[in-house]
Amino acid sequence: MVNQVLKTILKRVLQAIPTLLIVVTFTFILTRMIPGNPAQTILGPQATAESIAAMETKLGLDQPKWVQYIDYVLSVLQGDFGTSYSYDQPVTELIAQRIPATLQITIIGLLIAIIIGVCIGIFSALKQYSAGDYIFMVLALVGVSMPIFWLGLMMVKYLAVDLGWFPVSGRGDGSFGDLVYHMVLPCLCLATIPTATFARITRSSMLESIHADSIKALRARGIKEKAIIWKHALKNALPPIVTVLGLQIAGCFTGAILTESIFSWPGMGTLIVKAITNRDYMLIQGAVLFFAIVFIVVNLVVDLVYMIINPRVSYEGGSK
Amino acid sequence: MANNTATAQAKGFAPEYDEELLKRERKANSAWSKLRRNKTAMVGLVIVVVMILLAVCAPLYTQITGFQFNKIDPVHGYLEPGTVVNEGEMAHILGTDKLGRDLLCRLLYGARTSLIVAFGGTIVAGLIGALLGLIAGFFGGWVDSLIMRIMDGMLSFPFILLAIILMTVLGSGLFNVILAIGIGSVPNFARVLRGEVIIVKNAEYCNAARVLGVSNARMLFTHILPNAISPLIVYATLGIAGAIISEAALSFLGLGITEPTPSWGQILYSGKDVMSNHPIISTVSGIFILVTVLGFNLLGDGIRDVMDPKMKK
Repeated sequence: MVNQVLKTILKRVLQAIPTLLIVVTFTFILTRMIPGNPAQTILGPQATAESIAAMETKLGLDQPKWVQYIDYVLSVLQGDFGTSYSYDQPVTELIAQRIPATLQITIIGLLIAIIIGVCIGIFSALKQYSAGDYIFMVLALVGVSMPIFWLGLMMVKYLAVDLGWFPVSGRGDGSFGDLVYHMVLPCLCLATIPTATFARITRSSMLESIHADSIKALRARGIKEKAIIWKHALKNALPPIVTVLGLQIAGCFTGAILTESIFSWPGMGTLIVKAITNRDYMLIQGAVLFFAIVFIVVNLVVDLVYMIINPRVSYEGGSK
Repeated sequence: MANNTATAQAKGFAPEYDEELLKRERKANSAWSKLRRNKTAMVGLVIVVVMILLAVCAPLYTQITGFQFNKIDPVHGYLEPGTVVNEGEMAHILGTDKLGRDLLCRLLYGARTSLIVAFGGTIVAGLIGALLGLIAGFFGGWVDSLIMRIMDGMLSFPFILLAIILMTVLGSGLFNVILAIGIGSVPNFARVLRGEVIIVKNAEYCNAARVLGVSNARMLFTHILPNAISPLIVYATLGIAGAIISEAALSFLGLGITEPTPSWGQILYSGKDVMSNHPIISTVSGIFILVTVLGFNLLGDGIRDVMDPKMKK
C-alpha cells in the first residue's frame, strides 16, 4: 500500500512536468499576444518614445521573444516568477500576500458545501421520493445552474444594502470578528454550486450503497440503523464524492475570481483581473502557473485519498 | 401492452400480429419516446424551446411594440417598468435602460446572442474536442500522450482564466466569445470521447472489422464514432448550459459581449452599477440566465438517463 502510494506520487510528479511546461509555454505565448505595450501602460499615454524604449530595455522586452522565453523558464525553475511591472514587486511576494484571502473564502466555502451538501444528500437518499427529497433536489438543480456573479449581486443588493445585515465589500478592519462578518456573503456565494453538486452526487451514491447486498446483510445481522448509514453506507458511497471534491476545488478558483470581483475581496482573483487590464505579463504568467501547480497538487492529493478509501482502484501501470 | 402479449400468445404468435407488436415495442424503446416519458427532460425541453422561440421571435416584439433594441433615447433612460412614453404607444413592460432602450426588447435580442454563443461555443468545442479525442483514443501511444498532456495543461487553467486571457488576446466581439468559450471547453470533450473510443475500439465488432481490412478512416468514422458518441451528446447539452454561464461571466467582467450588442451577460453587466436604484436590469437578466441554464441542465440529465440506463437513480 505505502509502496503503491509512493509509486503513484512519483509517477504523477513526473507526469506533471510536461504539463507544467505546456502551461508555461501556453501562457507565455498568450500573454505576448495580448494587444498593447506594457511599457506604454506603465508610463501612461503621455510617455515619449525614448522613455518607452528605455522602459522596454529595463523590462527585457527588447530581447527577441525566444530569449525572453528561455530566460523566463530558467528563472521559474529556480523558483523566481519574475517581477510584476505594475506593482514593482516580485510576483511570488504578491501571490504570497494575496493567497490567504482567496484560501479563506475557498476553504470555508468548500467546508460549508461539504457539510451541508453531504447531509442533504444523505437525507434525500434515506427519504427517497419524499416531499423533502423533492424540494432539496429541485433546490440543488437550481443551485448547480446558478450564475454566481448574479447571486452575489443579489446578495449585495438585498442582504447588504437594503437590509444592512452584512457588509457590502472588503475584508474588514483586521479584527477576527469583523473578518468573519465580512466573509459570510462571499463564502455563501462561493459555496452555492459545490453545495448543490455535493447534495446531488451524495444522494445518488448513497442510494446505490444503501441498496447494496452488503448493507442488506448488515441489516439482517441486526446492526443498528444509525451505524449502518454513517459507518458503512456512507463509507461505500465516498469515492464519487471525493472525485467531485477534486473537481469542485478546481471550480472554486473560477468561482473565486468572480466572487472576489463582486465583493472587492482582495485575493488572487482581483489580482489576476487587474494584472490582465494592466498587461502585467509577469504577474499573469506567475498567477496562472501558480493556479496550475495548485490544481495538479490538489488532483494528486484527491487521487491518493481515493486510493486509500477505495482499495479496489489500482494505479499500477494503467491510466484513467 | 400486457393484454396484447397475452392475446398474441393465445393466437400462437400470428406473424402479422407479431410484426405489429414488434413495431410498437421498437417505438416505445426508441430514444425519443423514452425521453418523452422522462418528466425532467420534458420540463427542460419546454424551457429550452420557449427560450429559443423567444429569441427567434424577437423581431415580432419589435414589430408589435415599435421598440428597437438599439435605438438610443437617453432622455427616457431608466424608466420604471410599465411607463408609457407617448400617448398611444405601448408601455415599456420592464422599463428602459440607461440609454432609453426597452429592456424587454434588449433581453429578447440578448437571448439570440446568448444562445448563439452557447450553441456556437459548444459546437466549436465539440468538433475540435471530438476530433482530438478520437485521434488520441484510436492511435494511442505517443500521439495520445502528446494530445492528452496538452489537454491536461489546458485543464489546469481555471476555465474562466483561460477564457479571460483568450478574450484579452482576441478582443471582445461575438465571434471571439464563441472562439474563447469553445477553445476553453475543448479538453473536456476530448477526454470524454477518448475514454469512450478506447472502450469501443476493443469491442468485438471493431476487431472483426479490423480483420476484414477496413481502413483507419472508415474504422474511425463508421464503426467507432457512431458507437462512442452518446456520452458526447449528453456532455454537449450540459456544455451549452455551461457556455451560457461562461458568456455571462465574461461579459460580467466586461470582456465578452460589449455595447451596443445585447446579451444576457452584457445587460447584467450594464445594470451592475445601478443596482441600488434600478435593480430590475440585472435582476431580470440574471433570471433569464438562471432559467435557461436550468432548462439545459434538466434536459441533459434526462438525456443521460435515457442513453445510459446504468446511471438512472
